[in-house]
Amino acid sequence: MTDGESADGVRLTGIAKSFGGTRVLAGLDLAVRAGEFLTLLGPSGCGKSTLLRIIAGLERQDCGTVSIAGRPVDHLPPAERDVAMVFQSYALYPHMTVAGNLATPLEMRRLTLLERLPLIKHLSPRRARVMRGIMAEVRAVAEALRIEALLDRKPAQLSGGQRQRVALGRAMVRHPAVFLMDEPLSNLDAALRVEVRHELADLHARLGTTFIYVTHDQVEAMTMSSRIALMDQGRILQLGTPDDLYDRPASLAVARFIGSPSLTVLETVADGVGGIRLGAVRLPFGHRFAAGTRLSLGIRPEAFALPLGPEADGPALAARLVRAENLGAEWHLHVRLDLPGEPPAIVRLTAAEHEAARASGLLEDPLTLVLRARGVHLFGPDGARVEPDPAHTAVVE
Amino acid sequence: MRSRAFLASVLSHLVLLIGAVLMLAPFVWMLLTSIRPAEEVFGAVFDPIPSRFAGFENYAQALFASNVPRAMLNGAVVCLGILAVQLATALPAAYALARLRFPGRGVLFGLVLFGLTVPIQVPALPLYLALAKAGLLDTFFALMFPFFLTVFGLFLFRQFFRTYPEEILQAARLDGMGEFEIVWRLAVPAALPAIGAFSVFSIVAHWNDLYWPLIVVTSRERATPPLGILAFRDAETGGNYGALMAGAALITAPLVLAFLVARRGFVRGLTMTGLK
Repeated sequence: MTDGESADGVRLTGIAKSFGGTRVLAGLDLAVRAGEFLTLLGPSGCGKSTLLRIIAGLERQDCGTVSIAGRPVDHLPPAERDVAMVFQSYALYPHMTVAGNLATPLEMRRLTLLERLPLIKHLSPRRARVMRGIMAEVRAVAEALRIEALLDRKPAQLSGGQRQRVALGRAMVRHPAVFLMDEPLSNLDAALRVEVRHELADLHARLGTTFIYVTHDQVEAMTMSSRIALMDQGRILQLGTPDDLYDRPASLAVARFIGSPSLTVLETVADGVGGIRLGAVRLPFGHRFAAGTRLSLGIRPEAFALPLGPEADGPALAARLVRAENLGAEWHLHVRLDLPGEPPAIVRLTAAEHEAARASGLLEDPLTLVLRARGVHLFGPDGARVEPDPAHTAVVE
Repeated sequence: MRSRAFLASVLSHLVLLIGAVLMLAPFVWMLLTSIRPAEEVFGAVFDPIPSRFAGFENYAQALFASNVPRAMLNGAVVCLGILAVQLATALPAAYALARLRFPGRGVLFGLVLFGLTVPIQVPALPLYLALAKAGLLDTFFALMFPFFLTVFGLFLFRQFFRTYPEEILQAARLDGMGEFEIVWRLAVPAALPAIGAFSVFSIVAHWNDLYWPLIVVTSRERATPPLGILAFRDAETGGNYGALMAGAALITAPLVLAFLVARRGFVRGLTMTGLK
């Protein structure tokens, strides 16, 4: 599906929003495809939650248009936009039971105002019948989320994970066209977060509904999303699949934000014939910058290798080991490169690589680091990514 | 050291005890007098314990030969009527002032605070004239009307609603609740302790109020409890202070009972709203 055909998802055009004198969103365009899991990722204060609230109708944009399923919804109140939201705090109704919480969105839609008024509501003969239907649906959703045993409890009697499920159930029960989720995992402990991450991905696969998910956690974004919109200062820096963002970052800012530990950035200059120099080493890129143009080279931790067997031929840099961290399955070497200014760098090795390197004495100072082709990115003076020209060979080979 | 702590504890309890005795003495005296035979009230011999139990005749006179039961019924009607309208107006208004964004909200809330500083004596005369012009003097409506809008309740509930989590309100709007429905489905259930505390304040104030009923009520049929006692003193009893005190005890009893029942919730309501 191309962007042109995605009118049935959520489309944002020129969304701008200021609070007081602070501009939070700066004329933002975004097309969310129907059925995709799109994550708005960014540091706190980047405007991602505000954007979500604008889609929900809880905030009004200063200008721009929100369309859901092909129709503009700017004039519609939140309840009529056919969206459901899961809040960071879960926002369950504290004095209602779980069943009451799950039933409320349906009661609001299927009962008339008179049938919802205290005392008077019992006069309606229709109400009992409608409520029976609602409770059957509530029970079905509760079973799907495995919370049917909790239906009579109040939110205060539930654990964080259980509350999270109830909040999800309250969103699911009305079958909305779009799910909006505002950092729903941030109040859970680490182990539970991994579990709920899988459940959310499963849920998305099962329902096939559009999910728009806000988080500052790149692991959540990378593991669950069909696409990620990386935001900063009210703008989208890059929109793409997790692979796009990691392997083809559009700018230095994106490359720095995505990936942990973060990539090493080296300041360098163009040599005028399509390459750059790192000390004694020349890396060919096939770029067109004039000699002396300042460029940035980003190197992912796993793009550094030790000269073991087949890796030994690439361009090599000397370095001094500062600290080695053992993470079990992998090692992180913090090193200083033998370049002017001794820039720091981080090297990621698998446990097997680390062991082989230690056996062959490659961890003695000075280290020799070989650059792999994958994971080395060049950024122009404006911070934009420089695509290697396929006519020239890329970094190594 | 231990003996000093013990002494301090004894001293502080002694002070509290004296305070409690001072506070309770009039009530105890009222109860004692209410079971004292009539001839003993002004008798030459002063003895706190009545010589003979005359409670039956005093309470019987207060209950069956006076206007006190009628006055209590009137008091209940007036207090509950005032409270109902106060809650029905103050709760939505407080919610709007606390949670809705609209132009002029600051000015409106400033006026509310200003209203807190105006005592009933200030608008009493214009209110009386208006009620007199409308031919509404000596009615339940005249008794209740000046108190329908409660600035104090508005302020109390506003402070309470300000602490209500914004995300729950947003969830409710997404679920399709209008603002009025948010008030009665979410805000009111959450505010029950504050509502309880306010109700006690309101009922006590209007049950015991003498000033306004004295102005607008002239007939026995509309007398509120304090007016009932007043009339009792003048008309029926003559010198029978035993029966008068029995009437006073009867009038105090509902409030004391209600407070004992609701004591825990009342204290919690006060602490929750930060007014204690």
